[in-house]
Parts: sequence; structure tokens; C-alpha cells
Amino acid sequence: MFGSMLGLGYTCLAAAGGLWTLGLARFMFPNILTEPPSRFKVGFPSDFALGKVEEKFKAQFGVWIVNTEYNGQPEICAIRTVCTHLGCTPNWLEAEQKFKCPCHGSGFYKDGINFEGPAPRPLERYAISLADDGQLEVDKSKLFFEEMGQWVDPQSFYTG
Amino acid sequence: MHGNHEVFLSRIQMGLGFYYLILCILNWSAALMAWRSGIRPLFKLGGLTVSNLALWMLLGAWFLILAPIAMMGSPPELPEAVKHLINSLSGPVTLTVGSLAGMAFLFLFRNWWTKPAVAWVLLNLAMFGMGLAVTDANFFEIVGKPDNVPIVGLVFLLGFFTWVATYRAVINDDRRRQGLPPMEKVDDEKVLVWPDLVYTEMICMVAVTALMLVWALALPAPLEEPASSVKTPNPSKAPWYFLGLQEMLVYYDPWYAGVVLPSIVVFGLMAIPFLDFNKGGNGYYTIEERKFSYIVFQIGFFELWIVLIILGTFLRGPNWNFFGPFEYWDAHKVLAQNNVDLSQYFWGGLLERGMPKAPAGSSAGTEILYILWRESPGIILTLGYLLLLPPIMAVTVFRSFYAKMGLVRYMLMANLLLLMASLPLKMVLRWTVNLKYIISIPEYFLNF
Ligand code: FES
Repeated sequence: MFGSMLGLGYTCLAAAGGLWTLGLARFMFPNILTEPPSRFKVGFPSDFALGKVEEKFKAQFGVWIVNTEYNGQPEICAIRTVCTHLGCTPNWLEAEQKFKCPCHGSGFYKDGINFEGPAPRPLERYAISLADDGQLEVDKSKLFFEEMGQWVDPQSFYTG
Repeated sequence: MHGNHEVFLSRIQMGLGFYYLILCILNWSAALMAWRSGIRPLFKLGGLTVSNLALWMLLGAWFLILAPIAMMGSPPELPEAVKHLINSLSGPVTLTVGSLAGMAFLFLFRNWWTKPAVAWVLLNLAMFGMGLAVTDANFFEIVGKPDNVPIVGLVFLLGFFTWVATYRAVINDDRRRQGLPPMEKVDDEKVLVWPDLVYTEMICMVAVTALMLVWALALPAPLEEPASSVKTPNPSKAPWYFLGLQEMLVYYDPWYAGVVLPSIVVFGLMAIPFLDFNKGGNGYYTIEERKFSYIVFQIGFFELWIVLIILGTFLRGPNWNFFGPFEYWDAHKVLAQNNVDLSQYFWGGLLERGMPKAPAGSSAGTEILYILWRESPGIILTLGYLLLLPPIMAVTVFRSFYAKMGLVRYMLMANLLLLMASLPLKMVLRWTVNLKYIISIPEYFLNF
């Protein structure tokens, strides 16, 4: 059997299969830099006017800085730009004053509370705090969920 | 605005002209076939008998007249009023109810519309309607997108195959009434795999490859902007065959619409041979002998799959809003869609008091109990739906089924049916009372 043409064929097949499996295993460890959860400064609290949604950090950091009223008190918070339905990136519609997701139509108020479409939970907040130099600093390693009652945590917002 | 429209028409005039020309050729070919295989009178018009030959000739001539008119840039168009009417009438509700009514119509009058002459006239009407509609820039934009062209083709193909199957079923059902065997039994001459089948397959393969090549050259696949993790295209659409799934996601949480329901569809389809106790229709087309299976299949396939794909492809625009077929895709269209959970309705609306909430600082166990208490209306409703309805159906509508199938098979079938119905039920609840979730436990990512 071994040494025959058939045996050779199967050996080649097995070798190719083995290599392929190894290649597949390699595929599971892509060449990426896993950056540590980032902290970054976004500017002074006075840069964020009440009622404004600051979009300029969306592309790089995936966060909106919003200065709005939540539970009757004005706060600046960092909202994560990920829809709580299935993870698309919603758009801020200035004219309609809402976040609207292009995938299945979920809508969120300015403070991140979901009100239309299928999203089951409000948008999530990142930790925000005042750094030593007086700038606001967002910490993406901590998340705050409204439905768990975590938005009362003073780390989740900044009040002037 | 009007100037724009002229520019648009000049863009499509040649294509539309050829389209009408093709319709003319199609009709005259039909006339030729009628002439060869026997001219038959179709109907009387004030003492004048119209034969199929005459009608196809006339239809062909009509399209022949339209062709040069369209080529010169002034094709027949739908009046604005009609477009407005269609736009204002169209919505998910009309679409679903309308397609259900259409299906009921097709089912009840299958003896009529499967007649070749009637079907041919219907096809002509559909094609002419298409010709009228594409003169609208908004409609053309959606239908003519390289992504969507195959879907338009598929819709016509689906119509054709539905017709073939129904046509043959009607003939077989007729023959059965006369005590004759079905057509497939009469004409069951055996053919060889080699060469008959393999040759046919090879010819089809070559033809399809050629078609794909021409298609790929004539209508290049569209490229979108480079992918970005922070910007989702608006609207963001799945491939067409998943658009039904995407539409389901509008009504249910991802774990249910994206995982559970599709798995149930797959396993449910696999279970059918084991659930089916009806021997009728083995190897031949029939509707009468398999009414239940036929209706369930048509609702599941046509209503809950095809119609959702059409809705997702053609009628969902920016922000996943619903747009009429002739409506401009305005990213700033505002639709009020305030959605409310059942528990909010129950505690806030019905009992007029706040939602039960665990006192601050209580243990996880207490919190879960409070959540269950808060969601009890939805939980009871869901359990009742899945556990109580099957026995009730067993002693009422499905009495004979239960007797034939036995407990296990019956329960399986009943639950599959109920789960299938959960989709349209939820859709209707969303449209009518703005219901978001029946059970809503966002704390543990569990919503239903
Ligand atoms: S991902 Fe945002 S609505 Fe579905």
C-alpha cells in the first residue's frame, strides 16, 4: 500500500490538509496591535455648550461628548457611538435632535435614552472626569449602563 | 424641477424604448404561437369575438407604437396624483395586509388566473406598469441600482414559477375530480442520467455562465465607500437574501430575530417530513389534497420571506424609515415611532403607578425577583401563548390533526406554527399599539 501511487496521493493530501489547518490556526491570531483601553483628553468643559452634541471625536475615538440635561441636571457625558441593538454606528441628526441608527431605525434622545425602534437599552456612557490641567478626560475602559442605574455614578458625567 | 425631469428622461429613453420593443416582440411571438397551435376565441366584445391571436397582435402593436415615442424622450408616465396616492397608501401595514389579500385572491381564483391567456395579460400589465413606473426618477433610482436589478428579475421569476406550479396543480386537481391520474403519472417516461440529464445540465451551465458574463460587463457591481468602523452607511443594508432577516430585527431583539428564529426556521423545515402525515401530492403538483401544507408554506415563504425582502430592498430608506415607491429618500424624514414596552403599558398605563423597582442597595436575588414581577404580564402572556394555546388548538381547530399525529408530533407542529406566527403578531403590535417588547429585561440583555 505505502509507496503506491494512491498512498503518495493520500500523503500529499494529508500534508496539504495539515498545512491548511495550521494556516487556519494562524488566522485566529491576526497581526494587530491591541492597544490598552485609551484615556484621552477632549478639551475644557467650557468648550461644550449646553445642549450641544460634539461629534468631532466620533471618527477617532467612537464617542460623542454631549452636554445636556439628564434627570433635570445639566451634565457633560461621553456617549459611546455604538447602537445597543446590534452594534451599528448611529448618526446624530441635528435637525431632529436625536441619534438615529441606519440599520434598523432605532432612535435615541440627546441624552442617549432609547425611544424608538428595536434598541432595548439606552446608549452607553464612558467614564469622564476632570484632569489636573483642567481638561476633560474620557476613560474608555469604564462603561456605565443606564438600565442598571449606573448613570448616577459621578464618574459617568461631569457637572460644572 | 421640470428641467431635471427632462434630463432624467433623456437618460433612460433608449433603454425604455428597447424595453417596449422587446414587449412587442414577446407579444408577437405569442401571437405566432397562437397561430401555429390553434386560434382560440377569448371573449366577446359587443358582438365581436376576440381571439388570442388578435389580442396578442394588438398588444404587440400597442408596444410597437410606444417604443419610438419612448425613444424620443416622452414616454407615457404615471400621473402625479396616482404616484401620490400610491405613496400615501404604501406602508408596512398596507403591504402586509395587501399581500395577504393578494395571496387569498390567488388561492381562491386559481382556476381563473392560471389560464395561460389570463396569465399572459397579467404579465403584460405588470410589464407595462413597470415601464410606466420607471419614468419616475425616484423609482428608477431604487429599482435600477445594480444591487437591486436581480431582485426585480427574481420577483418576475417568482411570479412565473408560482404560475407554473399553480397551473399544474389546478390541472391535476381537475383530473382527480374526474378520476384520472395526475399528469406526472401519465407522462412518467424515464430518461437516462447520461446523456439526457448531464447534457441538459451542461447546456444550462454554459448558458448561465454566458449570461453572467454579459451581465457583469453591462452592469458592474457597485463599490461602496471604504469600510469604516465609525461610519455605517445610511441605510445600511444586508445582502438581499438577508433583508427579510434584517426586517425581523426591527421587531425583535437580536438573539431572537437573529439566532433563535432562523434556527427554528431551519429545524422546522427539517422536521416537516416527520410531521407530515398526508401522503397526497407525492411526486405531483396538487393544492386540493394538501391545502393546509400549501397555505402554511405560502404564508411562511411568500408573506414572511419574499414580502419582507421586497420591503427591505425597495421600501426601506435612510434611517431605516419606510418610503413609498415614488418617494424621494430624504434622510431627514421624520416619523414618530415612540415605542413602549408591555410592562410600561401595564404598570404605567393600566394600573397608573410606577414600575416595580428594587429598593436601592438590595441583593441581586431581590433585584431579579423585582424584575420578574415587573415583567410578569409579558411572561405570563408568552407562557400562555406557547403552553396553553397548543392544547386548546388540539381540542378545537386541530382536532383531527391531533388524532392523526399523536402528542409529540402534534406539539412540535403546534409550537412551530406558533413561533412562526410570533413574527407577524409582533409586527402588527408594533404598528398598531407601538409595542416595543413583550418581555423587556435590558438588565440581562433579554428581550422578547
Ligand atoms: S443596530 Fe442600531 S437599530 Fe439595529
